[in-house]
Amino acid sequence: MSGEVQAAAVLGGFQESEQLDDSGPRGGRERRQRIGLGDWLLPVYTVLAFVFLLIPIVYTFVFSFNDSIKSNIAWRGFTLDKWLNVCNVEGGAVCEAFANSIVIGLAATVFATVLGTAIAIALVRYRFRARSSISLLLFLPMATPEVVLGAGLAAQFLAVGVPKDMTTIILAHTMFCISFVVVTVKARVASLDPALEEAGRDLYGSPSQVFWRITFPLLLPGIMAAALLSFALSFDDFIITNFNSGSVSTFPKYIYISASRGIPAEANVIASAVFIFALVLVIIAQVSRVARNKRLAKLS
Amino acid sequence: MAFAAFATTEAQPQAPKRKSRIALFLLLPGILYMVLFFLTPLISLILTSLQAPNEFGDIGVYDYAFNWQNYVTVVQEYWPHILRSFGYALVATVLALAFSYPLAYFIGVKARRWPLLQSIMLVLVIAPFFISFLLRTLAWKQLLSDESLIITSLKALSLMAPDAHFTGTPAAVIFGLTYNFIPFMTLPLYTTLERLDMRYLEAGSDLYANPFAVFRKVTIPLSMPGIVAGTLLTFIPAAGDYVNASRDFLGGPDTQMMGNVIEANFLVLLNYPAAAALSIILMAAILVLVGIYVRRSGTEDLL
Repeated sequence: MSGEVQAAAVLGGFQESEQLDDSGPRGGRERRQRIGLGDWLLPVYTVLAFVFLLIPIVYTFVFSFNDSIKSNIAWRGFTLDKWLNVCNVEGGAVCEAFANSIVIGLAATVFATVLGTAIAIALVRYRFRARSSISLLLFLPMATPEVVLGAGLAAQFLAVGVPKDMTTIILAHTMFCISFVVVTVKARVASLDPALEEAGRDLYGSPSQVFWRITFPLLLPGIMAAALLSFALSFDDFIITNFNSGSVSTFPKYIYISASRGIPAEANVIASAVFIFALVLVIIAQVSRVARNKRLAKLS
Repeated sequence: MAFAAFATTEAQPQAPKRKSRIALFLLLPGILYMVLFFLTPLISLILTSLQAPNEFGDIGVYDYAFNWQNYVTVVQEYWPHILRSFGYALVATVLALAFSYPLAYFIGVKARRWPLLQSIMLVLVIAPFFISFLLRTLAWKQLLSDESLIITSLKALSLMAPDAHFTGTPAAVIFGLTYNFIPFMTLPLYTTLERLDMRYLEAGSDLYANPFAVFRKVTIPLSMPGIVAGTLLTFIPAAGDYVNASRDFLGGPDTQMMGNVIEANFLVLLNYPAAAALSIILMAAILVLVGIYVRRSGTEDLL
């Protein structure tokens, strides 16, 4: 699923350039063509497409400043109040849901990243039987609709008699994040130059020294990208959470439940803050990646 | 690439048959986890779908049985939802492809000379991921409500009947599905188009093919892996989605999809066997459709 992997790479901006940019030969010489329809049509379309993609985000952001009373539908004037007192609404229900989402996201990210990275290393580095069934087992969750994953886990928790709470959400999120971690980290392991580890062994490094001093630092960008992707997937998940959360609220679940009676502007505040935080993080990573590529190009 | 993520071709053993105990140690926890929380739930789902109501029990109490009649019942009762799920997902996938292809082409081909612009545009494509999926959908619900600027202007221009609604209609649900899954379509398309070798296109025009013929005979076939990956990444989640079609979001009573009835049966009506049978039907149908599609598009090696 290169879509997600690509998203992870963009999210992280950590993946090395040779992975993203190892494109084949490109037409080096630009042809002189007459100015055709496509020369301005496509850029104009692209701008309009981005406007379309970003409209709901702008809407959510603008309405986080709305001086709304209960439901946040009609514009009633500008206020900073919602940003300054996010947790004051409904006894802090929004903030509690948000905090739950953060805790679940962090826990699922840690578990999925550790388990998934180990699998990725084993899949690339070792030959063993049952390899194709293991690959299928890891691929299938990504090709399964979330509602089936959610209902399946809920049916199992019901059959075993496990009450649904925060733990069941974390267990569910870890499951669907593992596959994405494996895909992301596997690409990184495959691109690793084995000569570097051999050099470490030649210099009498013990296996654990070689791993922690050479392999792990080289894998780190891929692992970071995988962790960020896991967190993003977990944080925004609603469908699987809805089936396995019982009475525990998460940020997306809070929105789903309050949708019938109107979302308070405080939810827009939290969503906008998360958006800005993520955007700044990604832009910094991307700009530094482009700058590094430029530096490398100059060196060679 | 796409589905080749797990293909075996690139799995060249760097250290063949070395210390298989380490491999076991690395694999076992994660694989055990997937068996426990992915594979056995699927088996539970199949078992649940065959359960029969307990004779003396309350609502929501079922016994294990081989009650395959559950499948007949859910198909009889919910066939409109089943058809709607696949119909809406199909239309949304086609629309998302039509929307994303030119966008991905611009980012991946036309913007090659400006890496910074390319990066910024990629960030903008995934920017919707950073804001809750549900809030984005609700934003569209407000932006397209009967009192909204967009709908009132359309009515003023007589492009819409004065008493017509947009939200609550199948068109609105398809619109929401399309919007929400556009990044899943654009990213794989971008990945293949970014690697498109322009010399093939030049060869085409050197052979006196007009731009349209070059696009149809060269560009499209070369970007097929991205098209297949993007359509699958859009179609699968769209077919199982129930947020867009929900009454509190963009849907109405006549737009309910399979996801909605699975949710209602599982979480509200506590009719677990019906919900499980519907889930199994959804998954089986998707696997069959995906199999046929991948075979027909000649990209088996992607799987």
